[in-house]
Amino acid sequence: MGISIRIENLRKVYVSPPPSAARGAGFSFVAQRSAGSKEKKKKYEVVALDGISMEIHAGEIFGLLGPNGAGKSTTIGILTTRTEPTSGRAFVGEYDVWREQVKAKRLIGVVPQRPNLDFALTAREILLFHGAYFGQSRKDREERAQRLLEHFKLTDRADHMVRGFSGGMMQRVSIARAMMHDPEVLFLDEPSAGLDPQTRLLLWEIIRDYNALGKTIVLTTHYMDEADTLCRRLAIIDHGRIIAQGTPPELKSSIPGGYLLRLRFDRVPEELAASLQALPGVSEARVKDAAGVDLYADRGGPLISGIVTAAQAAGVELHDVHIAEPSLENLFLHHTGRSLRD
Amino acid sequence: MNWKTFYALLSRDGHVARRNLFPTLLQNLLQPLLLTFVFGRVLTAGGMMKLGFKDVLLPGVMAISMVLSGVQGVAMPLITEFQFTREIEDRLLAPIANGWLAVEKIVAGMVQALVAGLVVIPAAWLTLGSGVHLSFRQPLEFALVCLLVALFASAGGLALGCSVGQTQIGLMFSLVLAPMMMFGCAYYPWSFLAAFPVLQWAVLVNPLVYASEGLRGTLVPQVPHIALWIVIAALAGIDGALLVIGLKKFHQKAVS
Repeated sequence: MGISIRIENLRKVYVSPPPSAARGAGFSFVAQRSAGSKEKKKKYEVVALDGISMEIHAGEIFGLLGPNGAGKSTTIGILTTRTEPTSGRAFVGEYDVWREQVKAKRLIGVVPQRPNLDFALTAREILLFHGAYFGQSRKDREERAQRLLEHFKLTDRADHMVRGFSGGMMQRVSIARAMMHDPEVLFLDEPSAGLDPQTRLLLWEIIRDYNALGKTIVLTTHYMDEADTLCRRLAIIDHGRIIAQGTPPELKSSIPGGYLLRLRFDRVPEELAASLQALPGVSEARVKDAAGVDLYADRGGPLISGIVTAAQAAGVELHDVHIAEPSLENLFLHHTGRSLRD
Repeated sequence: MNWKTFYALLSRDGHVARRNLFPTLLQNLLQPLLLTFVFGRVLTAGGMMKLGFKDVLLPGVMAISMVLSGVQGVAMPLITEFQFTREIEDRLLAPIANGWLAVEKIVAGMVQALVAGLVVIPAAWLTLGSGVHLSFRQPLEFALVCLLVALFASAGGLALGCSVGQTQIGLMFSLVLAPMMMFGCAYYPWSFLAAFPVLQWAVLVNPLVYASEGLRGTLVPQVPHIALWIVIAALAGIDGALLVIGLKKFHQKAVS
């Protein structure tokens, strides 16, 4: 059947630090001390989401792309009932996730950013109890757990306590657990952070296989290549707002020119900027600072000789050229003026 | 209400408790039993304490064990599960309203407190040796008091576990639990505080006073104790308040 997701004008303002990070997670009934009675208590307010709306279609792999702190995890938190929205609504299928939590919870599986496995249990027990929470019969959950353990290559450590597992193994247990009750929608928050390249490829394969069963998949990432190869559609988030949305090719073609040439000179006089703008194929020459220009163009290498000529004509020395092919990285840069890694 | 999920959550806690049965029992029982031995056996045998002290001590030690097991069984796991690793997250995503997870924690804690309390009776009785005069002539009242004390231990564990961070566990023991045990009338009947009138009234805010006095009233009625109806009313009120606080704190911790 496939389940779609709808988000309407979602806003989230944190008025207190997240519970797990609250002032060293101290005594909460005494921790509200202010530094002195004369000093006003500092108001904690962080706008994590600033009115986002989007639609995720049934059966697609949808990516939320953005730098750290952009609001990706908060979006996932709201969609998975774990964060209360300040305003706006979110629907998984037909259920309002905040008002009909239990019904929504039945439809979703969640792979968290940091493994939050039940450390008091073994890998197999984690899967078995998870199945039991979702009302699976004993036979059912034992079979399913065994299948998943085999699929995720966890059989030899299945009956060990998970607290001794490596990061990659914990991640695999997390994913197996999220799939245990066969959810219609799978949320993965930064699934490949900290994984080695080989495990990452395995993860992509697992995600594609699960998607092939008609399941909807929502993942967050700050890796451009992951978003590019894995996702059918993307939303790029920054500072709690969606700055662009569409399929990866659509998004890439939305950047003027597609190619990005980052140039450094010893200085940038006005006539240089004008003659760069006039080069064939250049759609935009953006002067960054006293010495840098970003050139958006429909070609890369063939422009170099023209750039050198323009620099010589203006009596300016060219220090550095960096050519970037059309990519989501450039798209992000175009919209925010910052690199994803900034 | 989804009973299958509730039962599965309960059996998860049961499974973990069974796995840690021996260390948990040691943790909850060793200290009270050593205390029972030193004060109830050594000091009475040497003549420093009167023989009747054994009767005073047993219900108090039982109350302390129940309260400690509530903290041990509810508060400590919650503190761990709510820390930055968020081990509880999987259960918060189970198809059941979050509040029921808190209720489940309370039920599991009550079972642990009752087991701890009932194990203490024979253990302390053996440690104390001869000269203990237990009465089981009020089984219904005894059962009611036991249930109310278990609920107090468990709901208190929930409220404490959701208010205290990992780094404050030591502080919790020295600031909350130690004074509570010393001024909880566990080692002396409340009437003995008559020599300190201010203290005698002040300790009435301490729930352990009612737990100790209630168990005293039902197990060793020959020892002076606060009237049972007062104990039952006070415990019911305290339990209700702790439940409300605990559930509210749990909700704050569970959702960001």
